Amino acid sequence: MATPVHSLHGDPVIGPNQTNATITAKISDIVLKDQPPLFWWCGLGLGIMLLGGLGIGVPMLFYWGVGIWGLNIPVGWGFAIINFVWWIGIGHAGTLISAILHLFRQEWRTSIARFSEAMTVFAVMCAGLFPLLHVGRPWLAFWLMPYPNTMNVWPQFRSPLVWDVFAVSTYATISILFWYMGLIPDLGAMRDRAPGKIQKLIYGVLSMGWRGSARHWERYEIAFLVLAGISTPLVVSVHTVVSFDFAVSVIPGWHATLFPPYFVAGAVYSGFAMVLTLAIPVRHFYKLHDFITIRHIDNMAKITLATGLVVFYGYMMEVFFAWYSGNPYEQYMMANRMSGPYAAQYWALLFCNGFIPQLLWFRKVRRNVIVLFVIAIIVNVGMWLERFVIVVTSLHRDFLPSSWDVYSPTIWDWAIYIGTIGQFLLLFFLFLRFVPMIAMFEMKLLTPKSEKTS
Amino acid sequence: MSTAYGLVAEFEDDHALLEAAEKTRDAGYKVIDAYSPFPIHGMGDAIGMKRPILAWVIFGMALVGMCVGFGLQYWVSVLNNPYNVGGKPMNSWPQFIPITFETTILAAGLTAVIGMLAFNGLPRPFHPLFEHPQFHRVNDDKFFLVIEAKDAQYESTHTRNFLEGLGPIEVVEVEGEE
Repeated sequence: MATPVHSLHGDPVIGPNQTNATITAKISDIVLKDQPPLFWWCGLGLGIMLLGGLGIGVPMLFYWGVGIWGLNIPVGWGFAIINFVWWIGIGHAGTLISAILHLFRQEWRTSIARFSEAMTVFAVMCAGLFPLLHVGRPWLAFWLMPYPNTMNVWPQFRSPLVWDVFAVSTYATISILFWYMGLIPDLGAMRDRAPGKIQKLIYGVLSMGWRGSARHWERYEIAFLVLAGISTPLVVSVHTVVSFDFAVSVIPGWHATLFPPYFVAGAVYSGFAMVLTLAIPVRHFYKLHDFITIRHIDNMAKITLATGLVVFYGYMMEVFFAWYSGNPYEQYMMANRMSGPYAAQYWALLFCNGFIPQLLWFRKVRRNVIVLFVIAIIVNVGMWLERFVIVVTSLHRDFLPSSWDVYSPTIWDWAIYIGTIGQFLLLFFLFLRFVPMIAMFEMKLLTPKSEKTS
Repeated sequence: MSTAYGLVAEFEDDHALLEAAEKTRDAGYKVIDAYSPFPIHGMGDAIGMKRPILAWVIFGMALVGMCVGFGLQYWVSVLNNPYNVGGKPMNSWPQFIPITFETTILAAGLTAVIGMLAFNGLPRPFHPLFEHPQFHRVNDDKFFLVIEAKDAQYESTHTRNFLEGLGPIEVVEVEGEE
C-alpha cells in the first residue's frame, strides 16, 4: 500500500491513491470532458454582472473626466490608488507561492501554484487599470514610457511614480511568462487528450509542440529556477516601489522608513487571504480534496497569520513613531486617524487585521474551511480599509488647516472598483474552464511512486 | 522514400527509464533522448547531455538589461536633458537603481523563457515521434527512450536487440526525418 507523501511533516500533500494517470485524468477532464459545475456558472455570471460596473463606469469617466470621482484637492489620490495598491498586493501571494516557496523546496506549494499565479496575473491586470484611468487622459498614458519624442521631454527617473511604471510593467510581464512557461508541458498533455480537432489545434499551438524530451526538460528546469530566482527579489521590489510612492513624499503618515517591509508583508497577507478565498470554494466544488489537502489550507492560514502579525506590528509602530517623532503634524495625523472623520474605518481595519487573524492561532480554526473562508473575506476587506486609511487620512488634513477637506467616494468610484472585481472573477472562472488549474507535471513528482527517486 | 527516425523503447516508469538511459549511454550510443511526463533528476547525465549554456546566456542578457537600464537613465538625466531636481546631482545614481533593477530582471526573465524555447527548438508543431502509437501519452504516464538513426552505432536489428535487452515494454521503429 502506498504511504502518504511527506508523512513526517503531518498530513499528506496529495491523496495516497493518486498515480500519474489519475492526476492527468482528473485535472484535464475538468477542462476537456466534465460539464462545468453549477458553481462555475454562478461565478461566471457574477463576474459578468459585476463587470458591468466597468462597462458603465469607464465610458462615463472617459466622457466626463476624473471629476465624476470623489477626488478633490487635497485628496487627489482616492479610490484609484487605494484599489491599485489593494489589487497589486493581492497578486503578490501568487508569486510568493510559485517562486519563493519553490526556492525553499516547499513541495506542498505545487497544487495551489497554478491558480495562484493566474490570480496574480488577473490581479495585476485589475491593478494596472487604475493608474491608467487615474491619469485623466488615458490615451496619453504612453507618455509614461521613455521614448524619443518631439516634445523633447523624458519621464522623471528620480520619481518613484516612474519607478512604479517600470516595476509594475516588469512584474506583469514576468508573471505572465512564469505562468505560461509553467503551463507549456500541461498544454502538451491537453493537446494529446483533447477530443476535438479545434481543441487539439489550440492546445497544440499553445504548447509549442512540447514532447517531454529530457534535453528540453533540462533547459526547462534551468529557466524555471531562474524565473523563480528573479521573481523573488522582483516581488519584494514591486511592493517596495509601491510603498515608495508614499514614503518618498513628505506627507505626515507617509514619510516613514517602515513602509517598504510593512507594505510587502501586507501584500503577502492580503494575497494569501485571496488565495484562500478562491481555493476553498474551488476545492469544494471541483472535489479536489486529493490535491488541495487540509495541509495546504492549514499552511496558507499559518502564512496569513505570520504576515498578519508583521502588518499588525506595522500599525503599532506607526502609532509609536507618530508620538516619538515629536513632530506635531505626525502626532495630529495619528490623533485624527483615531478620532477624526475616518475613525470608524481605522478601528474597523484594526479589528479586521489586528484582532481577527489572531483566531488563526487555533488549529481548529485553521482546519475549518468555512470559518477560514469568512476570515479570509474579512482580511480582504481589512486590507482594503488599510489602504483607504493610509491614502485618505494623510491627505485630507495635511499641514495647513485652510486646505483641509473631506473625501467621500461617488457612485462612479464604486462602479469602477466593483467592475474590476467582476473583471477578476470573470477571468478567473474562464481560467478554471479552459486551463488545467493544477500543474499536472509537477504533481506527478509528488506521487508516492516517484518519491522514491529523490 | 521514408527513412527511419530511430528506435523507441517504452519503459515502465522513471526509474526503469533512467537505468536504461544510463546503460544505453555506457554502450556508446550518443544521439539518444528520453521522453517523460515530468523532469527526471539525473536524466541529463544519463543521456550524456552536456550542461546547457542557457544559464550563462541568461546571465549575460541580465547584464545587458542592467547596462541598458542604467545607461538610458544616465543618458537622459545627465547628457540629453539635464534638469535640476531639488539640487540633486545630475548623476544621482542611487535613484536610478530601482529602474536598473527592473530592466535587469525583465531582460533575464525574457531570455529565460525565449532562450529555453529557442535552444529546445520550439515551437515545433510536428515531430516524427508523434507517429508512435503510444507517444500521445508521453505527457500523461508513458516513458520512452529513443536511439536516433543518426547515431553512428545505429543499426536497425542490432540496436533493436540491444534495446530489447534493457527490459522495455515494447520497442517500435519510427519513421520520418528530423
